[in-house]
Amino acid sequence: MSTVVQAASVAKPDEAVKARLTVAARLRRDWPLLLMCFPAMALLLVFHYIPALGNVIAFQDYNPYVGDNPLEAFLYSEWIGFGNFEYLFTSPAFWDAVLNTLTITAFQLVFYFPIPILLAILLNSIMSPRIRSLVQSVVYLPHFFSWVLVVSLFQMMLGGAGLIVQTASQAGFTVPNIMTDPDTFIFLVTSQALWKDAGWGMIVFLAALAAIDTNLYEAAAADGANRWRRMWHITLPGLRPVIILLLILRLGDALNVGFEQFVLQREAVGRDAAEVLDTYVYYQGIAVQQWGVGAAAGLFKAVVGLLLIVGANKVAHKFGEQGIYSKS
Amino acid sequence: MTRPVWEERPSPLGQFGKGTILTLVVLAVLVPLWVVVVTSLSSEQTINNAGGYVFQPREFDPSAYLVIFSGGQISDAILVSTFVAVVGTLISLVVTVLAAYGLSRPSSVGHRPILFYFLLTFLIYPGMIPAYLVVTGLGLKDNLLALILPTAISAFNLVVLRAFFMNIPGELLDSARIDGAGEFRILWKIVLPLSKAVTAVVGLFYAVGYWNAFFNAVLYIDRNDLQPVQRVLQQFILAGQSPTSSGTAVYVPGLGSAIPPTLAIKMAVVVVTIVPALIVYPFVQRHFTKGVIIGAVKG
Repeated sequence: MSTVVQAASVAKPDEAVKARLTVAARLRRDWPLLLMCFPAMALLLVFHYIPALGNVIAFQDYNPYVGDNPLEAFLYSEWIGFGNFEYLFTSPAFWDAVLNTLTITAFQLVFYFPIPILLAILLNSIMSPRIRSLVQSVVYLPHFFSWVLVVSLFQMMLGGAGLIVQTASQAGFTVPNIMTDPDTFIFLVTSQALWKDAGWGMIVFLAALAAIDTNLYEAAAADGANRWRRMWHITLPGLRPVIILLLILRLGDALNVGFEQFVLQREAVGRDAAEVLDTYVYYQGIAVQQWGVGAAAGLFKAVVGLLLIVGANKVAHKFGEQGIYSKS
Repeated sequence: MTRPVWEERPSPLGQFGKGTILTLVVLAVLVPLWVVVVTSLSSEQTINNAGGYVFQPREFDPSAYLVIFSGGQISDAILVSTFVAVVGTLISLVVTVLAAYGLSRPSSVGHRPILFYFLLTFLIYPGMIPAYLVVTGLGLKDNLLALILPTAISAFNLVVLRAFFMNIPGELLDSARIDGAGEFRILWKIVLPLSKAVTAVVGLFYAVGYWNAFFNAVLYIDRNDLQPVQRVLQQFILAGQSPTSSGTAVYVPGLGSAIPPTLAIKMAVVVVTIVPALIVYPFVQRHFTKGVIIGAVKG
């Protein structure tokens, strides 16, 4: 960044220009740029930062009917300290949602996370550029489908009246309806996530693989390393920083298993298996209108998520990796 | 690409294994789409003969599409989603491009705090309940703007665009300034033409996002004629369990008569929700890797 030459008439490095111009002069020069940032900042203020601050209703017995609009209602609602959190922490339904969320995250860490890496390594070993780009085009595609569509497609293939049940019954077999079975729900959501995003998740690893110096492979081969040893000693170490980075991001997102996927299937599968923190926030807050409790659950999720990401990053630094932000 | 001399010959077993895995992966994506398209274009008789979904195309019967485009809730939903995607993408692009350019000169006043302001959105989570209260408090309930404004700007896209703008040589912009061009003119006449591809990709990402948005409609849209197409899909496929029953809340004109079949109509709705992604796809595909990497590195 520091090498970028600045706009003022003379081409001098940043710092020199900064020192030469007063703030007022720079403001006179840069006001159109500030103006350009304004609409985006305003949108984020209204739809991101104000709601983020609005999380303080987690400490209120928020009642929308005590005022004419949410702001008045917020001003007139009663402050109850940690009452909502007490309610949450003593509510079995909340802990069920937390447990479901963590179970799904752990499960996906084992059964989802490695797949894009393996897929990228596999694809990278294919020599024909035509096959490579064909496979890439196909597997990226589902990333652009909505969750409604993905769940619908699964319903059509695996559901009670779906293609597989239909084919099996014509052949004289009975197949259970996977779409409504709480016991296998975790496999179902993981395979949906895989179908939708495993191909897309491969991109980063493919890029990292392309960045590995081919001379390393040649040197290793000259030293007598076979293809497996080359994979173990060159390919995997080459992917290591990316893997750790994505692992951190995933851990920071541990409470974020994806919302629409679960809302869409909660009815069919039942709350015991399909209630995650996000759906809990929705049903407690908006459907049942316990606003304060819903907001408290949301705040809990946000704060724990932030702590997780900071913690995971610390661990990455311990291992000598860069993480998502560097030590400063 | 030819195999480097130092690499061993691939073993036939390994080749076969790789081929099988990749074929299965590709089929897993394509087969459902194939079944959906073929069924949507089949007549009731073919569907009945097959006992449900159709695998082999036997005829070309577009009547399901004629039904969904001839008025009623599905036509409305298609219009609503198209409107949201087009208007939303325009708003998002204008706002994002402006901010990305505004931040692309690292020595401008306030550059650092403003960039921080945008990046902070990655770490701070707005919360569903307060967001709901803000949007409804602004009177956006049952207003299509509720499907646009809350998601109008993505900091990720902003960072991608900014990274691209920063790579444009400063001398080019300086020469325009010497000629007396203002910042808006420079953005319009120089920066944007140079970054057509990446701007298009960002725009298409936004468009796909708007087209696919489902949950904001659940939260903010109650009126039937304002439901987007994803909502209709949900009611149509997921709420009506059996594809041969017609027990859904969706109103379709002409369904009283026996033709065309409900399953074909359902599949036609599915196809309609996929088509925009398919149209967009070939244009953006080349630029994926670049965009993702820029975002990952500079984010």
